[in-house]
Amino acid sequence: MSVLRFLRRVLVLALLLVLRRRRGRRQSAIPSETLVGLHTPTHVYVYTGTPAREPDLRAELLVLVLLGVGTVCAVAFVVVHALDRLPRQTQLLGLSLGLAFALFAAAAIVFGTRLVAQDEHEENYGPEEHEQDQAGVAHILDETGDRITRKRLLKLAAGGAAGALGVALLTPAVSLGPVLDVGALSRTPWRRGRGLVDRAGRPLRADDIEIGTFYTAFPAGASHDEIGSPLIVVRLEPAELDLPPGRKGWAPEGILAYSKICTHAGCAINLYRTPLFEPTAPRAALVCPCHYSTFDPARGAKVLFGPAGRPLPQLPLEIASGGALRAGGPFSGRIGPAWWGVRRS
Amino acid sequence: MVGGAALVMRRAVRFVDQRAGSAPLLRKALRYVFPDHWSFLLGEIALYSFVVLVATGVYLTLFFEPSIKDTVYHGSYEPLQGRTISEAYRSVVDISFEVKAGLLIRQTHHWAADVFVVAIVLHLLRVFFTGAFRKPRELTWIIGVLMLMTALLEGFLGYSLADDLLSGMGLAIAYSVVMSLPLVGANLALLIWGAPFPGVPELWPRMYVFHVLVLPIAIGVLLSIHLALIVARHHTQFGGGRRTERRLVGLPLAPAYAPRTIGLALAVASVLFLLGGLVQINPIWLWGPYEVSQATNGAQPDWYLGWLIGALRLVPGFDVVIGDYTLVPNAFWGGVALPLSLFALLLSWPWLERLVTRDTAFHNILDRPRDRPWRTAIGAAVVSWVFLAFVSGSADRVDVLLHVPYRTQIWLYRVLLLALPPATLLVTWRFCLALQQSERVEAEKRAAKAAGADASAPSPTV
Repeated sequence: MSVLRFLRRVLVLALLLVLRRRRGRRQSAIPSETLVGLHTPTHVYVYTGTPAREPDLRAELLVLVLLGVGTVCAVAFVVVHALDRLPRQTQLLGLSLGLAFALFAAAAIVFGTRLVAQDEHEENYGPEEHEQDQAGVAHILDETGDRITRKRLLKLAAGGAAGALGVALLTPAVSLGPVLDVGALSRTPWRRGRGLVDRAGRPLRADDIEIGTFYTAFPAGASHDEIGSPLIVVRLEPAELDLPPGRKGWAPEGILAYSKICTHAGCAINLYRTPLFEPTAPRAALVCPCHYSTFDPARGAKVLFGPAGRPLPQLPLEIASGGALRAGGPFSGRIGPAWWGVRRS
Repeated sequence: MVGGAALVMRRAVRFVDQRAGSAPLLRKALRYVFPDHWSFLLGEIALYSFVVLVATGVYLTLFFEPSIKDTVYHGSYEPLQGRTISEAYRSVVDISFEVKAGLLIRQTHHWAADVFVVAIVLHLLRVFFTGAFRKPRELTWIIGVLMLMTALLEGFLGYSLADDLLSGMGLAIAYSVVMSLPLVGANLALLIWGAPFPGVPELWPRMYVFHVLVLPIAIGVLLSIHLALIVARHHTQFGGGRRTERRLVGLPLAPAYAPRTIGLALAVASVLFLLGGLVQINPIWLWGPYEVSQATNGAQPDWYLGWLIGALRLVPGFDVVIGDYTLVPNAFWGGVALPLSLFALLLSWPWLERLVTRDTAFHNILDRPRDRPWRTAIGAAVVSWVFLAFVSGSADRVDVLLHVPYRTQIWLYRVLLLALPPATLLVTWRFCLALQQSERVEAEKRAAKAAGADASAPSPTV
């Protein structure tokens, strides 16, 4: 019973609110644009709606309802936030806040389109230019130089000063990096005798390397996170190999190592033929997942397809007496993306 | 008679006016006229997305840690338990799982960035195809294009900061693109990264200060000038009725327009928070932390860089070389030449067009695209070109999902890139002319009908 009574009371209160608003509205109904309107020569006010604006009770009620439900949603956001670890909390938070915004948006739009005057205004675009003022500005600027005799020399001096100051102020930026020394780009940890290890630092043995898959290897005792460190290692049938001249003995037992970093845009090569290399091709190829540069491991990582402009640098391998793999020398070329002046091989 | 609330209002206006002398300005501002057309709202959507970006971005800075230093993860996301990851990545995972409402704000921020650029691009297309960039609004246009460029860089830095696998791959590509610049590439890359990729640990503070301070302020300054120029020259409008080159017709800020635009702002916020809460975006915990030796397939950047990844993929494999020395590495074409020439075209378009039209008049009435067939055709051709590059960026996904071989697609796109823009140019041009023609026919029909109706009307004298 008490619920019903409460609801009735709420209803009466709401009605009262609406009615009171209406009375207030009537009292201050404003046909007063004539009093305070902006009647300048550039601005004209045009009646396009009904001059005597009737109150729109339904629209007012709609705005009230929208604001009310929106408020409930906003409060719901706070409640969801306070109740710790509800299932799907992110979704509930987004839903409550998003709906609150949506309802307030609807309220603003109903208010703007139904509860306020919809009269159009006309306004003249401003003057295209201000010739007198332009002349005035030019005059002032000319006047500044009136008493100067060596104008060109002064201009030159001022220009030189500004340039020198600019260069001086930019100089600290050089501390950011070795801007003039690009030698670092050519350095890698790989040199003759350096062992190949896996991610966990375990030495990679020739017996571990099987045909048909690839392995990522790192330099023993050096950082794994340098662009010159990671290798991609594969085993092919030795008869298949057709390496460039001068690389005899670089692939013992058909095991090959290349820099894992694509020479196109620096991503790590992580595909071995599938799915983005034609299954009809004679053998598996190394593919970069960023732009699908495709390299033939049997022929010195020659580019078969895609945007890379040069092959992956190859690392000569040796098998130590215990069967572990180690580098037989440095890379065949510069690793990583190319730059102006880098040697291609 | 003045009621209580109105009295308070008057007192407030008086208080401010006596101190700031603002009443004349305020009075004019309240009657600032907004011409009405749905397409004029695109710029406003971009503006309100930027507001959401700043608000959510400030919140994220309170939790984000711009550091590449190693840390061991001990949060609530089991798969990463005990792994050594960077502070940056750890803090973004924590924002997603430990900070209450953190994931909502992070996803809303990411969505807002995507919507921001969508709105800018659509706004730019509207302004282009309606000739709104013409005199006296060339500066507004240029500043708009500069804002788009800044927004692309800002967005890229934003998702690079998280130090997940995708962001690392993006940075590797960015490094390679910078390296590919003729003459200065290697020096510039070493300056920015501080060392060969992945660079010095200070790279993170560098990216961070650009993302949260330098670039947002740049966008804010450009935005202010953009808006000030609009106010100075007023909005453009479509012709017809009382609207002329000299006279603007529309709704005044108060009372009719302000609630509408506030409504739009709230609606933008609503959509962004709904997306942020309900639609997952960039779940970095699934991508894992970045390592130089790691990559994933099917990686896609945020949509607004899709055209660049497409272009990088489509260029055939060659470096420009002299003998054994590289001059221009391949990444230059897709990563530098394409975007720079597109932006150069956009920036110089008002003057390029004037070279042909010799039109130096002031314009406040907008063109309908069909009435400027050449501009519309060239615009459509460029859009088709960029769109193709964009679509080709997803060729790998199409291979996986629809089994169209990747290489077949790439060759198809290479041919289309040459064939489609001229075709689009021709078709659009003819289409504009046909629309004009059909309007003339309609008008003639109406005139004939009216004349016929007059002739067949029974003459009272007969």
